[in-house]
Amino acid sequence: MPAIQTETQYVSSIGMEVHAELLTESKMFCGCRNAFGGEPNTRCCPVCLGLPGSLPVANRLAVELVIRAALALHCSISPIAEFDRKNYFYPDLPKGYQISQYDQPIGSGGWLDIETEAGPRRVHIRRVHLEEDTGKLMHLPTGDSAVDYNRSGVPLMEIVTEFPPDMGSADEARAYLVKLRAILTCIGVSDGKMEQGSLRCEPNISVRPTGASAFGTKTEIKNLNSFRAVHRGVQHELTRQVALLRRGERVAQETRGWNEARGETVLQRVKEVEQEYRYFPEPDLLPLHIDDAWVASIRAGLPELPDAARLRLVDQYGVSAAEADLLTQTAAWTAYFERAAGLCGNARATANWMMGELARLLNAANLEIDQCKAGPEALAELLAMVESGKISGKMAKGVWEAAFETGEAPAAIAARQGEQISDAGALGAVLNSVIAAQPDVWQALCAGDEKKLTFMVGQIMKQTRGKANPGEVNRLLRERMAGGAQ
Amino acid sequence: MPLMLDDVRRVAALARLELTDDEAAAQLRRINELMERFESLRELDVEGIEPTAHSAPIHNVLREDAARPSLARDEVLAGAPDAREGCFAVPLILEAS
Repeated sequence: MPAIQTETQYVSSIGMEVHAELLTESKMFCGCRNAFGGEPNTRCCPVCLGLPGSLPVANRLAVELVIRAALALHCSISPIAEFDRKNYFYPDLPKGYQISQYDQPIGSGGWLDIETEAGPRRVHIRRVHLEEDTGKLMHLPTGDSAVDYNRSGVPLMEIVTEFPPDMGSADEARAYLVKLRAILTCIGVSDGKMEQGSLRCEPNISVRPTGASAFGTKTEIKNLNSFRAVHRGVQHELTRQVALLRRGERVAQETRGWNEARGETVLQRVKEVEQEYRYFPEPDLLPLHIDDAWVASIRAGLPELPDAARLRLVDQYGVSAAEADLLTQTAAWTAYFERAAGLCGNARATANWMMGELARLLNAANLEIDQCKAGPEALAELLAMVESGKISGKMAKGVWEAAFETGEAPAAIAARQGEQISDAGALGAVLNSVIAAQPDVWQALCAGDEKKLTFMVGQIMKQTRGKANPGEVNRLLRERMAGGAQ
Repeated sequence: MPLMLDDVRRVAALARLELTDDEAAAQLRRINELMERFESLRELDVEGIEPTAHSAPIHNVLREDAARPSLARDEVLAGAPDAREGCFAVPLILEAS
């Protein structure tokens, strides 16, 4: 008998670099406004354009936001931190270097916990540092590139996971990013908007045969601007690498870009290796001395973090752990939930509605919860109407969609659409006319043909244009049937 | 260890510089001369000396987070050799090589 061919199995290792633009009013080293969008090159000055003779001065709030994030990620804070120049030639940086931090980052040695199929996992964080964002390059139809420096100099925080990596699957990579985003938005450091590029992640991925001690060659993926893209991109890259190795080929160290439409990673650029960045201390900026009192004052200002909020929601509102996970995905979700649940007094219904209809509409419209026109007050109003029987659950969906679309109050929408008819007299009159129109069906139903019940309910709904209270209609039909055919 | 011609070519590529063979050879000589001078620093005994990035005894020079007006866009683009659609126009740099 031929020997059974066993295929080599591989272990995956995933690290991640995350960049978050900080929520400041002004840029990192100058007073230009830190904002998204707008006309190109309208938020620029000699400092962020790197004009000769200009000098950077660091933004105090940006430094404090990084300390805040580092503390929330359980990092130790370096008592002395410095800025360094990272030199490279690419037109996204007008100076020829990026101001960053090299050997003395603000935070180091932290962690966050994620849930995995195998239980909780601690993902260690090597460093949290402060740098400046780069300009944006767009391709012109003429084949040249156009550069917009509005983003150049926006304060940017980089968070790097520890090596050797703690993550080993696409699920874990996504879970890490979800948790990190929850923390950063909760503490007011980042708006977490991946689709706008204010939160960007670059996973690095390698595979090695099970049992091998040396790590495989890693590749880095860029251009992942949603959680879904992160999951798909990592999964694709793991599969690609394993396929290469199984064919006896090698994985090249490179940066690959995620192509969402094609669902694959493509070679993007061959990068500088670390020493080619020629890091050296930034002579234009003096060191930061971060003393205990400064750290303590920032620590004292930290709000309740997502892990704590999650436990509290379960405890205080009786939602499930899975619901609490979703409701604490950003601080805006938690705030929305607590406000709506507080107003309508029904936390379970609020949680259900947020995870169902609200999440569905937000996804379809590609909106964040804080961009939603229907706020927590609107949801509370809607749920109160459902609870009091003013509108049916089915009608509530339509009312909610309209409220989501226009921002109009659900009560006003429901009033216009006509509230549910529960009145026995009114429904009785409708029933009479349906019976008169369909005497044969009614006879059959009364004779025990239960299938005709659905038909009768349907006729009543048709006549009332869906406003009849289905519970009442059923009750009324049963009552009449018990009374027998007339 | 002196640099090799391949090192020069690699650095030139990262700096988007195109060098002829003669230029590359000349650069190699010059860079290695510079490197030799820096080699002399190795003779110093720096055991126990903290690295110093700045000699001035000043730290935490910070500004408050307040936005100020930026330059007008025509001023921003005034120094650009080529500007189009409100942007600096630069030659296309192919990322993949």
